[in-house]
Amino acid sequence: MVEVTNAIRFILNDEEVTLTDVRPDATLLDWLRLERRLRGSKEGCAEGDCGACTVLVGRLMDDEIIYDSVTSCIRFVGSLHGTHVVTIEHLRGKDGNLHPVQQAMVDHHGSQCGFCTPGFVMSLYGLWMRDPDPSQAAIEKALQGNLCRCTGYAPIIRAGKAISSYGRPEGDPLRAERIALKQKIRAINDDRRVELGAGADRIIVPGSLDDFAAVYEANPTATIVNGSTDVGLWVTKFMRSIGPVIFINHLEELKRIAETDSEVRFHAGVSYSEALPVIAARFPDMAELWHRIAGEQIRNMGTIGGNIANGSPIGDTPPPFIALGARLSLRKGAQRREIALEDYFLAYGKQDRQPGEFVESVTIPLLPDGEKFAVYKISKRREEDISALCGAFRALVRDDGTVGMVRIAFGGMAATPKRAKAVEAALVGKPWTQATIDAAIAAFAEDYQPISDMRASADYRLLTAQNLLLRFFLDSTGQGQRLRREVA
Amino acid sequence: MNKHETPIAIASLHTPTRHDSGPKHVSGTAEYIDDMIEPEGTVHAYLALSTRAHAEIVAVDIEAVKAAPGVIGVLTSEDIPGENDVSPSHKHDEPVFAEGKVQFWGQPLFAVVAETRDQARRAAHLAKIEYRDLPHALDVRAAQAAGGAMVTEPLKLERGDVAAGLAGAKHRVKGSIAIGGQDHFYLEGQIAMAVPGEDEDVTVFASTQHPSEVQLMVAAVLGIRHHAVTVNVRRMGGGFGGKETQGNLFAAVAALAAKKWNRACKIRPDRDDDMTATGKRHDFVVDYEVGYDDAGKIQAVDAVYGARAGFSSDLSGPVTDRALFHADNAYWYPAVRVRSEPLYTNTVSNTAFRGFGGPQGMMAAERWVEDIAYALGKDPLDIRKANFYGPETDNVTPYHQVVEDNIIHRVVDELEASADYQARRAAIVKYNAGSDVLKKGIALTPVKFGISFTATWYNQAGALVHVYKDGSIHLSHGGTEMGQGLHIKVAQVLADAFGVGLDIVKIMATSTGKVPNTSATAASSGSDLNGMAAWDAARQIKERLVRHAAKLHQVSEAAVEWVQGGIQAGPKFVPFAELVASAYLNRVQLSAAGFYETPKIHWDRATGRGHPFYYFAYGASVSEVTIDTLTGEYTVDRVDILHDVGRSLNPAVDIGQVEGGFVQGMGWLTTEELVWDDKGQLRTKAPSTYKIPLASDVPPVFNVKLAEWSVNKEPTIGRSKAVGEPPLMLAMSVVEALSMAVASVADYAIAPRLDTPVTPERVLMGVERMKREARG
Repeated sequence: MVEVTNAIRFILNDEEVTLTDVRPDATLLDWLRLERRLRGSKEGCAEGDCGACTVLVGRLMDDEIIYDSVTSCIRFVGSLHGTHVVTIEHLRGKDGNLHPVQQAMVDHHGSQCGFCTPGFVMSLYGLWMRDPDPSQAAIEKALQGNLCRCTGYAPIIRAGKAISSYGRPEGDPLRAERIALKQKIRAINDDRRVELGAGADRIIVPGSLDDFAAVYEANPTATIVNGSTDVGLWVTKFMRSIGPVIFINHLEELKRIAETDSEVRFHAGVSYSEALPVIAARFPDMAELWHRIAGEQIRNMGTIGGNIANGSPIGDTPPPFIALGARLSLRKGAQRREIALEDYFLAYGKQDRQPGEFVESVTIPLLPDGEKFAVYKISKRREEDISALCGAFRALVRDDGTVGMVRIAFGGMAATPKRAKAVEAALVGKPWTQATIDAAIAAFAEDYQPISDMRASADYRLLTAQNLLLRFFLDSTGQGQRLRREVA
Repeated sequence: MNKHETPIAIASLHTPTRHDSGPKHVSGTAEYIDDMIEPEGTVHAYLALSTRAHAEIVAVDIEAVKAAPGVIGVLTSEDIPGENDVSPSHKHDEPVFAEGKVQFWGQPLFAVVAETRDQARRAAHLAKIEYRDLPHALDVRAAQAAGGAMVTEPLKLERGDVAAGLAGAKHRVKGSIAIGGQDHFYLEGQIAMAVPGEDEDVTVFASTQHPSEVQLMVAAVLGIRHHAVTVNVRRMGGGFGGKETQGNLFAAVAALAAKKWNRACKIRPDRDDDMTATGKRHDFVVDYEVGYDDAGKIQAVDAVYGARAGFSSDLSGPVTDRALFHADNAYWYPAVRVRSEPLYTNTVSNTAFRGFGGPQGMMAAERWVEDIAYALGKDPLDIRKANFYGPETDNVTPYHQVVEDNIIHRVVDELEASADYQARRAAIVKYNAGSDVLKKGIALTPVKFGISFTATWYNQAGALVHVYKDGSIHLSHGGTEMGQGLHIKVAQVLADAFGVGLDIVKIMATSTGKVPNTSATAASSGSDLNGMAAWDAARQIKERLVRHAAKLHQVSEAAVEWVQGGIQAGPKFVPFAELVASAYLNRVQLSAAGFYETPKIHWDRATGRGHPFYYFAYGASVSEVTIDTLTGEYTVDRVDILHDVGRSLNPAVDIGQVEGGFVQGMGWLTTEELVWDDKGQLRTKAPSTYKIPLASDVPPVFNVKLAEWSVNKEPTIGRSKAVGEPPLMLAMSVVEALSMAVASVADYAIAPRLDTPVTPERVLMGVERMKREARG
């Protein structure tokens, strides 16, 4: 029997917080601003897209505290158990002096209206702690989730480059006081389940993965909240009731990545940021896509499991995973089953998931030697945008120059992530030549009848999908040309 | 860790002084309205919005709203003691709450007032409204097809014989360009908090660029005099024109609730509602015919500027006027006729946005320049240069003002050289010949922007300066701070005038109780107007102090000199604080109200003639891009800018305005696409769907310089020039560069005529069109 406590406990800046009365849909930003009257973090969009509410959340991982920048507008208070929340109010020294990040921003004229500024400072703070001498590319990446409407970003980038000339992270309180902080956090993370409230106000923070499986099986109508990058918007945008809620983002077992010679298994709680090193090493053709999924804060929060589980037709991980032949592991209580990822998506908003069953992991076979693979994301804005379409291509060209195997999958082209089986049929067995490509592209219209919406027209989607096949051919035959943004 | 927070340096004009609120911005302690500690018992209002573009309201059932948790009451048009109108044009066409019918999707129907914002917001969605749909026209073409009803009087500017000019021209081109709108996307959304006072009094804290108009609107809605309403603005989290008139309604609703329930009331829409229910930059469709000769010199221009005004007049009259005022950009038209059509549409009422119609007018001018260049097979820059206003001749605008301060030739020549335009263009043409998938483009575009409100009476400002007994100075002026650095510039003016450090000058929140009857902080005019008003106030106090010092130290007034830190009265140096203390004891008035009115300007709208602009600001930019002809994606690789701010009051602030203005303009012209569905609902109403530029969209090479040699010919404050709006239009070179890259697909023989914003989709479709037409 699992032990149960009845308080959400975490550290806010340098204060220990114990909450016994929290609604499951209470957001960190509202709690900071309305309950604690800490009003340095701002609400710009309440959907995790502008970064004005950015704070750092430190959590224990392999007995180290990892500080991630997150958007507090869509982070739930109930998900903070056992963490260290650091807000803009914590940055000025006890002597009142500006922090190096702050001083660099002031001296480089990095603020105009100032409303987005606390969020930028927090994102830069997070970057400086792990990379005190960042390249411009690293700064831009760290700021992908922060919008500024006044400065044109140039002075903020200049400030980002200069921070370390004002001070090094070694002297920062979050480093200097790490041991004491770790002890405090470790004491909270004691494997007991946390339960608050009742009925629709019930919050469950399971003590372990097995505890989660059991509690979800017993409460199949509960909402599972992992990174909250999707569920957060159900609350802030649509005012949906989400209780009872099971928060699982703290479960280290769900953050495991298991690698073998032939495949990689990501557990469902692995965030995009956590997956990146493994993606870059084992699936290098996917690395560029990874940098173009959302902004830094959302990559820190959002999970691979969530991207799949909610069945969005425009999630960015299913197309390449399907093309690589990924398998999904679903679990209900102690029962597990494995299905092909592509079979999980039944129809718009409908997935092959039973009540009480959850996505536990996804296993991606490595690309076999000699096969060609590419994934292309197309969006109106290059970064931090939702795909208009996202296409993944995988092919084996035999020694005789013919196509032995081909798998093509797209997001944004249908009501679910979907294979292009007619196109595949038009390619397989044919010589891998431009003529074959030219002949095959007509089959896209059989596979997909995309919609027109605010991201792109149906015509553009179809035409671009066809052109991406040509791109795959050109890339695979060494004739490809790709747009590159060249920064220092 | 740094030892000290460096104090702001001793001020003087023309130095790169940091923003006065910088340390507070970075600490999260700069206070915006939502950060203020609310008075006890504060209630929260939230608007319920229509879900039809055009319909009669048949029935309204708000029982569920009233019964919702925390709800105190509901405000409808029946609760308005004064006028149900917040029309800034005073045409009485913009109700606070819709009555009888709705005219756009998102129009406010009523407001819920509750104990918390969350309760008010949830309750606002519980009303059951029954509509009877009416036909709707959503955009320029639909409005024109439906008869072309306009929200306000159109304008015509005409000079020379256009018919003869077109008839006599060797070449003629006809075309049209659709220019998209733009959401302001100020990071701080609309917000107001009203605190009731005794009698009819109410104090309103509003995020507005125009406190005096909020005062007027609140008074009109409450049916009380202006003197009962005090409007305070410490700072805005961005404005860009979106808070010139669009805050009126929110302030009025907060004030209504505050007076009705005698409790402070705050109102803040969420981002989706803010974007749905408040106006944006006007999108235009410009239909034109232009005649020109073999050299590409324009002979005559005839154009109609159709604009999506929305359901009410708001500022659409002046915005479309300014489009016509910039139909020339920097070009001389021997004969010209331009007409505006501010069209009634069933969409949110469009409003001011940085440039105020000017950018759209200039985009159209660049479009026919491009048409001419491709038709003649020339570099568009050659066509631009061939048509620039002359310094002495060929210098009369379509509104009959002579351009007296033309520096566009020098600006463009210097930039062309410093950006190495010619060599890079040649290299790009060569690159394109050898590259199948990727294509590059480069373009240099000029900017000439007229400075002054075209509503001539707006060109006035006031300031109130107090000097306290300890020598500290309290500065109030009529302008508002939205991040543009107005307050620091005016403080620099004052510190410079008194010869004291900036730390002596405290910048106060803008208040209608301090400076009355102010103009909007708009039209780039903030420091021109308020800087001069503050200077005038300082002048008065200084004159009194000089008289006093001369008497005290028994020297002639001519022998008293202002020096850094005090005065020199003959041989004696008197520190400022000492001077002030003795002046007080000798009963010298240490407070003054300053005033300024812009000289020289006049404008007769009926005849389309006058001198509406005090002077012009100039600039130019070169952009280089690469496009992907398979997907339409592109990168902006390098941008070089040379911009004219006269003698800069604060180069750091001005560079910030140029960089920020360019990037905001680039967003307008590239990725910021507003999409309404066929029912009239805005579908791009949050950052997830409406894409403003990111840090990674800034050109990797971004060389921004001020034309340091430039001095305003007119006696403006410190001989500086306005800087707020003009840099936005520097981004036009991005469109022209994309255009060149697209045109390369058909060997530059066909003008690509890309509409804006030039999204990747528009680039790809342009490429496809080039391929089709090149095939014949």
